[in-house]
Amino acid sequence: MAGLAPTFGRGAMTNHWNDIKNANLVLVMGGNAAEAHPVGFKWVTEAKAHNQAKLVVVDPRFTRTASVADLYAPIRTGSDIAFLGGLIHYLLDTDQIQHEYVRNYTDMPFIVKEGFSFADGLYNGYDADSRSYPDKSEWDYELDENGHARVDPTLSHPRCVYQLMKKHYSRYTPELVSQICGTPLKRMMQVWDTIAETAVPGKTMTILYALGWTQHSVGSQMIRAGAMLQLLLGNIGMPGGGVNALRGHSNIQGLTDLGLLSNLLPGYLTLPRDNEQDYNAYIAKRAPQALRPGQLSYWQNYGKFHVSLMKAWYGDAVSAENNWGYDWLPKLDVPMYDVLKVFDMMYEGKMNGYFCQGFNPIAAFPNKAKISAALSKLKYLVVMDPLTTETSEFWRQVDDYNDVDTASIQTTVFRLPTTCFAEENGSLVNSSRWLQWHWKGAEPPGEARPDVFIMGGLFHRLRAMYQQDGGAFPDPILNLDWSYERPDEPTPEEIAREFNGKALVDLKDPNTGEVLVKAGQQLSGFGQLRDDGSTASGCWLFCGSWTEDGNLMARRDNSDPYDMGQTLGWAWSWPANRRILYNRASADPSGQPWDDEHKRLVWWDGSKWTGTDVPDFAARSAPEDNMNPFIMNPEGVARFFARGNMAEGPFPEHYEPFETPIGRNPLHPNSAAVTSNPASRVFRNDMEVFGRADEFPHAATTYRLTEHFHYWTKHNRLNSIAQPQQFVELGEVMASELGIKAGDRVRVSSNRGFIEAVAVVTKRIRPLQVDGKTVHHVGIPLHWGFVEVAKNGYITNTLTPFVGDGNTNTPEYKSFLVNVEKV
Amino acid sequence: MDMNRREFFKFCGVGLGASSLAALGMTPEPAFADSIRHFKLTASKETRNTCPYCSVGCGLLMYSRGSGGKNAKQEIFHIEGDPDHPVNRGSLCPKGAGLIDFIRSPNRLHYPQVREPGSNEWKRVSWDEALDRIARLMKEDRDANFVEKNDAGQTVNRWLTTGFLAASAASSEAGYMTHKVVRSTGILGFDNQARV
Ligand code: SF4
Repeated sequence: MAGLAPTFGRGAMTNHWNDIKNANLVLVMGGNAAEAHPVGFKWVTEAKAHNQAKLVVVDPRFTRTASVADLYAPIRTGSDIAFLGGLIHYLLDTDQIQHEYVRNYTDMPFIVKEGFSFADGLYNGYDADSRSYPDKSEWDYELDENGHARVDPTLSHPRCVYQLMKKHYSRYTPELVSQICGTPLKRMMQVWDTIAETAVPGKTMTILYALGWTQHSVGSQMIRAGAMLQLLLGNIGMPGGGVNALRGHSNIQGLTDLGLLSNLLPGYLTLPRDNEQDYNAYIAKRAPQALRPGQLSYWQNYGKFHVSLMKAWYGDAVSAENNWGYDWLPKLDVPMYDVLKVFDMMYEGKMNGYFCQGFNPIAAFPNKAKISAALSKLKYLVVMDPLTTETSEFWRQVDDYNDVDTASIQTTVFRLPTTCFAEENGSLVNSSRWLQWHWKGAEPPGEARPDVFIMGGLFHRLRAMYQQDGGAFPDPILNLDWSYERPDEPTPEEIAREFNGKALVDLKDPNTGEVLVKAGQQLSGFGQLRDDGSTASGCWLFCGSWTEDGNLMARRDNSDPYDMGQTLGWAWSWPANRRILYNRASADPSGQPWDDEHKRLVWWDGSKWTGTDVPDFAARSAPEDNMNPFIMNPEGVARFFARGNMAEGPFPEHYEPFETPIGRNPLHPNSAAVTSNPASRVFRNDMEVFGRADEFPHAATTYRLTEHFHYWTKHNRLNSIAQPQQFVELGEVMASELGIKAGDRVRVSSNRGFIEAVAVVTKRIRPLQVDGKTVHHVGIPLHWGFVEVAKNGYITNTLTPFVGDGNTNTPEYKSFLVNVEKV
Repeated sequence: MDMNRREFFKFCGVGLGASSLAALGMTPEPAFADSIRHFKLTASKETRNTCPYCSVGCGLLMYSRGSGGKNAKQEIFHIEGDPDHPVNRGSLCPKGAGLIDFIRSPNRLHYPQVREPGSNEWKRVSWDEALDRIARLMKEDRDANFVEKNDAGQTVNRWLTTGFLAASAASSEAGYMTHKVVRSTGILGFDNQARV
């Protein structure tokens, strides 16, 4: 969630499911929670029924969420930044913002360097050849002689963030926004006015978004625009507020927290780049000094987290002498080897082996033809899954659904059966950041085994071979700590204790000498971690989940004494069991709740912070110490101005999808270079297969149905009975123009391929007037494939473009161009 | 109390939280329990779990049959929402409610298999054979293509010719272990569903 961390300091859902009931207004945009997160959505119903909350939905389709909304506004797919930028302009222009909040808790008074500029859709420092901003040093604050950022509390300095932001969004007039988004002006103003009402202290709006924001070439900036909106309204850290990233999978949050991404290590620690050869400089860069007096800047503890991780992985083999095994970590020569990059390398014949653990890339990644060709060039592919996936059978000819020449595909494919949730113990982290433990209820079928067994089995064999025969740089493999009771299959309990962490020697209070934690004991929180090798913790963020008190993830006390929905005794939430992030901001600068009746979360009781939630703050820092609520940011406040943390620039700017139905960016109609995201990476050959509106006139977007989960449930009878057959959704006007009736079979094609499906003709999609043109949307559910108990269907991602967000490289599944014909 | 939990809910007729009723002094009298038909879940084992689909993380109760004896296998025959869970309070969506069919899907994999180059079929292999072969392929590729130093002579220790996609429905424990092993080999082409 690359838009949130640059704003608030952490990249996760700020609030949680139950807390939605505390909202006065719920904005669902970039998601369809009623359909995709149905049970979580019941907390919206709860807010409507018991908190008189209103629900506003902004979406290209009149979704199931929209059908129960108080107010619905249509929007063209991919234009959300224009909508939100216009709203930011409107709030600033009409002065409907939470003044005391933004003045104290955000960077509005901070003064930006003189070299920062924005003109014709580009920030200063752009390099067209590399499609990036190699030098972002001017996108930063002006510092004083102590290294602190200069501020102007009057907000009148022309280069303070407030003034720059005001100027940036002054171009986003209601008329222009309506022209870009296709949202009728009157309806748009109604939505904006409703949202503006939550600027008063004590009234909160929550935003629920999902992949409808993430999956765009400007997805991270859409999320950031939403985050900025919430800051303006004073809705971050508040009960019933927040920017709530509704994660797609059951443990995406956990796997991300554990750093299973190209450039990460557990707990959002990051891998070094090639030029970071010096260990101390590597740590120092990630442990920033406070940028304002009295701020916590919690990442200053980075070294403690990193050393504790390396001790958990490498035990006695790492010490200060070898820089805690720094050279055993791989270094990056590019920002990341994300899946698009890896599949492009595979397509170019530069990869030999690939592993898919519970992942079905040929269905899940864009441009199936390219993915299929890429897999065909591998020497070996290993698929670990409980189910038969299309990826494991990418070589099999299945009619038009998978038209390949089997004999010519020289890839060796291994398919390893794994257990499913019901057949193992372990924890999952839900969107609310709750680590919830689950228990095994049955044996797996046949010889299926847990993923840990497979990883352990491969590791042992590799290590034995490197011991016997040597080979390329064996050190990190030979030295990996593997002191598990049963080395071939470590238990989930052992592993969970390892990521929590333990003391390696007696930990003493440096002042009194008193032993705080005995050697070998589990740590009770990340505050105990040290950078001298005396503690081990595989993921500092999860430290506190399995303490000397046992497995806190298995807790089942659902009591809610304050009736605020915090249930602090249920499972365990990172960080430190805090349920709402940045909750210090729910109290005013003097430490009292903005609304003492309805929004009581944390407060200063005269000697410490306390409340209905665990304070996300230094527990004994009195309000008069002026420490600010955003403790992960070195400035202590949240950022409207992202500094150098975003690829495209510090303020979100609207750029068109790479396949745009209008062919120009109405904000910059005369500059083709900034039609679409100028900082998105585009590979050779992919630019050429982007479609244009003259051939592919309709705006398409992919989505999920409530009866199905991705490409899994088509293997289940019940789900397949509920939704047996692939369909596409067309609006009535478009269908009648094309002579298509409900139930007709249609062919939907993009510049990369086609699918055929049954037409569902609906009132839920209406034509929009965009930039003087009529734009029709086509909705394409994504659940079918060529291995299933439902009817075979086409892989929807046959159609989608191979380009991603400028920061995360998440593919642009939600906005592309298609043509539709009756077959 | 004499009733077990399920009988108690049946008696109450609705899935109200047992704890709140108990708090109101409404625990049922033993006499009522006797008048109730023997409930079919009584002989089953109840196991708590979490829905593996979306990120709501609904709590589940799984019911399985089996003597519990050493050689007897437990078989799950029913799954429903956990009424004590603060988020779902017993409810499940159509996906969670159909989970039993995921466990029992005819498309579950039972044995390790291999598809050889150019072949049109799967061949069953033993775990040892599969893991031995994969480990050898990994080592061959790593030894041939591992990069210790870049062109500038900087230490980089990376392995780019093999990649790994991790599962986002796997437990955190599986994920942690996967990360630990994958990173020790120097792999950088490493992602999970959070990317897409
Ligand atoms: S039951 Fe439905 S809403 Fe609940 S976690 Fe499963 S998929 Fe999500």
